[in-house]
Amino acid sequence: MESIGVLMVCPMNSYLEHELEKRFNLFRFWTVPEKSAFLATNKNSIRAVVGNSSAGADAELIEVLPKLEIVASFSVGLDKIDLAKCKEKGIRVTNTPDVLTDDVADLAIGLMLAVLRKLCESDRYVRSGKWKKGDYRLTTKFTGKKVGIIGLGRIGMAVAKRAEAFSCPISYYSRTEKPEIKYKYYPGVVELAANCDILVVACSLTEETLHIINREVIDALGPKGVLINVGRGPHVDEPELVSALVERRLGGAGLDVFEHEPEVPEELFGLDNVVLLPHVGSGTVETRQAMADLVIGNLEAHFLNRPLLTPVV
Amino acid sequence: MAPENPSHPSENDLPYVLILKPPPSFVILGDHFFNSTKFRFLKAYESPLPLAHFLLAHAQSVQAILSSGGAPVTADTIRLMPLLRLVVTTSQGLNHIDLSECRRRGIVVASAGTIYSADCADSVVALLIDVLRKVSAADRFVKQGLWSSQGEYPLGSKLGGKRVGIVGLGSIGSEVAKRLEAFGCSISYNSRKKKPFCSYPFYLNVRELAANCDALIICCALTDETHHLINKEVLSALGKDGVIINIARGPIMDEKELVRCLVEGEIRGAGLDVFEHEPDVPNELFALDNVVMSPHNAVFTWESFEDLRKLVVGNLEAFFSNEPLLTPVVLDDQPHFSG
Repeated sequence: MESIGVLMVCPMNSYLEHELEKRFNLFRFWTVPEKSAFLATNKNSIRAVVGNSSAGADAELIEVLPKLEIVASFSVGLDKIDLAKCKEKGIRVTNTPDVLTDDVADLAIGLMLAVLRKLCESDRYVRSGKWKKGDYRLTTKFTGKKVGIIGLGRIGMAVAKRAEAFSCPISYYSRTEKPEIKYKYYPGVVELAANCDILVVACSLTEETLHIINREVIDALGPKGVLINVGRGPHVDEPELVSALVERRLGGAGLDVFEHEPEVPEELFGLDNVVLLPHVGSGTVETRQAMADLVIGNLEAHFLNRPLLTPVV
Repeated sequence: MAPENPSHPSENDLPYVLILKPPPSFVILGDHFFNSTKFRFLKAYESPLPLAHFLLAHAQSVQAILSSGGAPVTADTIRLMPLLRLVVTTSQGLNHIDLSECRRRGIVVASAGTIYSADCADSVVALLIDVLRKVSAADRFVKQGLWSSQGEYPLGSKLGGKRVGIVGLGSIGSEVAKRLEAFGCSISYNSRKKKPFCSYPFYLNVRELAANCDALIICCALTDETHHLINKEVLSALGKDGVIINIARGPIMDEKELVRCLVEGEIRGAGLDVFEHEPDVPNELFALDNVVMSPHNAVFTWESFEDLRKLVVGNLEAFFSNEPLLTPVVLDDQPHFSG
């Protein structure tokens, strides 16, 4: 398989690079100075693309690779892949579901706790020496708070299970109601936001869910409400969110993703009711290795004509 | 110390509750916080007199003390108050009260009961996730504008599947266990005695518990037995990949040894709400990204303080009405702390 060209579109994991190099002819797209020239030269040997949450395979790239057979994403999100185009051309697509569910859900709860209990601010308070002058102020209890989840897929359910251990009543919004689920369903996001204390975005990014968190939802969540985003930056109308936080119309936010990563609105840097993370939802040694193994496993299966491990298309 | 208010004569008949130092709730929310029509406060801290003189001059008929962690009730204080019958404390811990002297004198102690257990357990989980997933460190990274220039943040460690060892499986420890089980952690514990009807594996000594877990959580009381319980041996048993979380009392840990282990990378990290000499914190910790620190505020929420208000007022009003206390401590059960 060493002659099979695999194009990795951006750096994502050195173990994955190393393992792909052992098995295939790996092209590191980000190291190429003249991308169009490179593609013109190598297009006939590239049979696979490996992408992630930052970059995948859009229509333009797919068109330029006539021998492309499979896109393997180092992520569960598929928003950087033109799925319709892949279907049209019979290109297989795989992602990394399940192995990262726990980590993302853990982080969502970690963000809720950090925002409500002002943990990062407390740590800053100690490090600055301010504790010698007096106690830090009161924060908000997490146990028992109403948690509203947008998207009750694998990650949403995992968040619910954890929040329940803190006696949090769970409600959700989903494209369709799930009758077998005991949590309270709201048919609209605004209604969900109006009826919870903490709103979590855990759905996939599609045309329908773009800016699903807009001004109306933010207003409904209100000055005591907290938004947690472990989905995708574009789920949130970011300028609206920023002004709501700066103007204290929204109680707080825990954000792992942003519209234009790695750019983060600087107006948020000084706010004590905001926790900002650099897209680390699946960022553990254990999970990234499991994700990498899935990418490799899917590519090997494809080129050995075996069933794919985690196909999407 | 003048009478409270001459225009409300009935107030002058109200029994006194002595306060040696203002509890955190007074400082944060004002000293009307525990107001009641059934008692009034005698504030020793507002007097220029040294404490012993103050007690002799003004506290000879006082029956109750409202104590907090920073306002210890020592044998000396107790001996200067011949009519003392009740100590109510706002703190979870009892280590600042001379329980032996109380037992000897038949003085009843009313604790915070379980009002703080949920918040404490929430703080444990918050600290543990923060240490493993580098939440505070990554928040600093982003807010310093480093994400664009420095690129991807170092990977953390998965919480799911970690073996959690709880030292002290009381109300707080049990709430911690319940929460962490939902994250896929396995629970084991060490306690003074094995708990009947508890299916978590029990370890008779803390060193063995540490050797068999990935995250050691301190949830026990500070007593003579637990002073420096977490020492070099235990930390060594916990090991390079181990994490320690302390929301109990600073002196339960040998702080010098902990700092050395953290600086030299002998354990993975620590989440600390308490320290041996609060509010002083060892400076060496400030340079470390694998340590998360909070200023002893694991129970400092609006909700807990409101619950505290109801409990303290409830206990004091019950006492002065000769009704049963809400949260009396069974003193025979309490191990000694010589302070």
